[in-house]
Amino acid sequence: MLELTCALIIAAGLNIYLLLGGADYGGGVWDFLASGKRAEQQRALIERSIGPIWEANHVWLIAAVVILFTAFPPAFSRIMTYLHIPLLLMLLGIVARGSAFAFRSYEARHDFRRRWGTVFATASLLTPILLGTVIGAVAWGKIDGQPDSFSAFVTSWFGFFPLSVGFYALAMVAFLAAVYLTVEATETDLREDFRRKALGSAFVLGVMAAEVLAVASFDAPEILHDLTRTRWSWALHAVTAVAAVGAIVALWRRFFRWARLLAGAQVSFIIWGWAFSQYPHLVKPDLSLYEAAAPPFTLQLLLLALAAGSLVLVPSMYYLFRVFGKIGGPPIT
Amino acid sequence: MQMAISLMFHIIFAVVGIATPLMMFISEAAWLRTRNPVYLDLTKRWAKGTAIFFAVGAVSGTVLSFELGLLWPQFMEWAGPIIGMPFSLEGFAFFTEAIFLGLYLYGWNRVPPLAHLFAGLVVAVSGAASAVFVVTANAWMNTPRGFQLTADGKPINIDPIAAMLNPAAFPQVLHMVLAAYAAVGLAVAGIHAYVLLRHPGDRFHRAALTIALLVGGPAALLQPIAGDIAARTVAITQPAKLAAMEGQFETEAGAPLRIGGWPDRETRETRGAIEIPKGLSLLAFHDPNAVVKGLNDFPPELHPPVEIVHVSFQVMVACGTVMALVVLLAGILSLRERGVSENRLLLRALVLISPLGLVAIQAGWFVTEVGRQPWIIQGVMRTRDAVTPMPGLVVPMTLITFVYILLGVVVVVLLRQQVLSTTPSRVEEGGASSNA
Repeated sequence: MLELTCALIIAAGLNIYLLLGGADYGGGVWDFLASGKRAEQQRALIERSIGPIWEANHVWLIAAVVILFTAFPPAFSRIMTYLHIPLLLMLLGIVARGSAFAFRSYEARHDFRRRWGTVFATASLLTPILLGTVIGAVAWGKIDGQPDSFSAFVTSWFGFFPLSVGFYALAMVAFLAAVYLTVEATETDLREDFRRKALGSAFVLGVMAAEVLAVASFDAPEILHDLTRTRWSWALHAVTAVAAVGAIVALWRRFFRWARLLAGAQVSFIIWGWAFSQYPHLVKPDLSLYEAAAPPFTLQLLLLALAAGSLVLVPSMYYLFRVFGKIGGPPIT
Repeated sequence: MQMAISLMFHIIFAVVGIATPLMMFISEAAWLRTRNPVYLDLTKRWAKGTAIFFAVGAVSGTVLSFELGLLWPQFMEWAGPIIGMPFSLEGFAFFTEAIFLGLYLYGWNRVPPLAHLFAGLVVAVSGAASAVFVVTANAWMNTPRGFQLTADGKPINIDPIAAMLNPAAFPQVLHMVLAAYAAVGLAVAGIHAYVLLRHPGDRFHRAALTIALLVGGPAALLQPIAGDIAARTVAITQPAKLAAMEGQFETEAGAPLRIGGWPDRETRETRGAIEIPKGLSLLAFHDPNAVVKGLNDFPPELHPPVEIVHVSFQVMVACGTVMALVVLLAGILSLRERGVSENRLLLRALVLISPLGLVAIQAGWFVTEVGRQPWIIQGVMRTRDAVTPMPGLVVPMTLITFVYILLGVVVVVLLRQQVLSTTPSRVEEGGASSNA
């Protein structure tokens, strides 16, 4: 039970990271794809909405990593050893993205701004692909074998399934960001731009989902089996589908706040669908969360610390949001 | 040891994140008391600086949390259940800091003045708390507690609380937190002293200098005492590290304190040092005739790289001593005449010593990490057994180093743009100083 609680908290951390941090990456994607006569306005809106909070969102990723390392050390060690290369590239992406964004925001010369913008956008494209690849590799089940040759550090993640999960993740963050931006936009034209982009990316997301499943059918048949194992998994997929259709309808009818809620629900259910299909494994093929767990006393203390920490954090966050009068971070000054 | 490179960078972001919020808080308190707009201006600038360092620190912290695992998976797997706790708590401290920094930066007109001041205080306290937790984990690597070893080297009976309360935790935390206040306080004081030398009597920079000295001064004066406590803990728990710090090869009673000198591994003696008879025994054990164990009593494969440790230790102590002396001078002057900021000699001294605190922190970091080698967990796990089996580690190391250099450049650029932008004539100087 303790083990499961810790694992659920890790999944929740990843979920929140996707909702908040993921949208920041998606913003970069739309920066990359900005086009038409309002391209500059689109970029300005993206820059404004990412604004001062881009760095703090990484805290959710750090939280997931720290809990993984405290509660499930062997899983942590295995992921960090075998997926060294994609994780390292992902870190480079995070840093390049953040730095380029900062440089661009404070750079006055136009051509330099463009150059930093390109770095920012490229890193925003690559980082979610790598993050998705890592998650895909964890589910894929090729993290085994002896870590004595270089090939073990490549074959554990470089394959059709992990990479297609990577591109799926990219489509996901792009979709999220476009939906969020329809709410953030204050001018009708801009809002319509992002509504079109959101609808387009919802379509792409659906195609990518089908593609991931198709790839899984030959590259990772067990995953397909796990995804459809119980009645609960079917229920979860059904809810995901309802949220997805709801988000599209809401975008179509221009109920943008509803669209944001439903899109958030949709990607969250996707994460949880994956998490439940993994159960009881943390790292496929053979490391279960019960085998990998730290001793009960450590887990109890960890949960106690998380609970005590939440006692400080929850009222603080409530105060933060009350002061600024909205959910979604401080306004931009 | 490769890890040291990233930590060297991160530690700078981290100490600034500990100390600047305190200066920002004091300055705002002064604004609320005196209603002197100079303090408000100062608070806002320091707040911007805090925000920049926090942002970059967040990114470098993300990198670090992964890097630990990428480079030392075996260490993390072994130590996770025992010492993961402070890392989790650190996460909360960081989160609290983020929330209240958000309130602080964007809440000037939205919350009552006292609530705003309180938010600043929370930022300062949670920044210091982060340091407490992280240094606690590092102290555990020096004095591992809270578990028992089975015959095949697995930890059992794990007690994370006992691990956090390890004997080195308090001395190291005290030493590090004081170091952060002293180093950053005096570094900032140096920057403003430099401007005051050029523009004597500038009220803004006088106020800044005063507050920076208030934060850095007492910490620099207390640091020798904290250092003594830390060294005595090392003497008891890590005798090989102490011997390396002091260049002590022979085991002897009434060992001398060596100042400077170069330890020679071939001849097994430290040459060219000024020796104070019985000084080391007196300092390390508070007994002039105490026996200090020398490196010759340890098998050679357990020797830390004695040259690096000894020299780093000398550098750290020298920097700390000079800082304490200059602060003492400033204190005496402020008692005798009003206006430290008019004394050009003192201002020059402050400019000269401004980078010393950061140098001392890096040197001190070398002492504690290199001095523990070949162990990553003292007496339990060797560094070479902890490192990832991945071949070609040079490549990731180079990449990560590059990342940190990039972050360093970001900080300098942003500081120039944001904190110093409204005083164009001083941009050059400020940018250069923050490089140091």
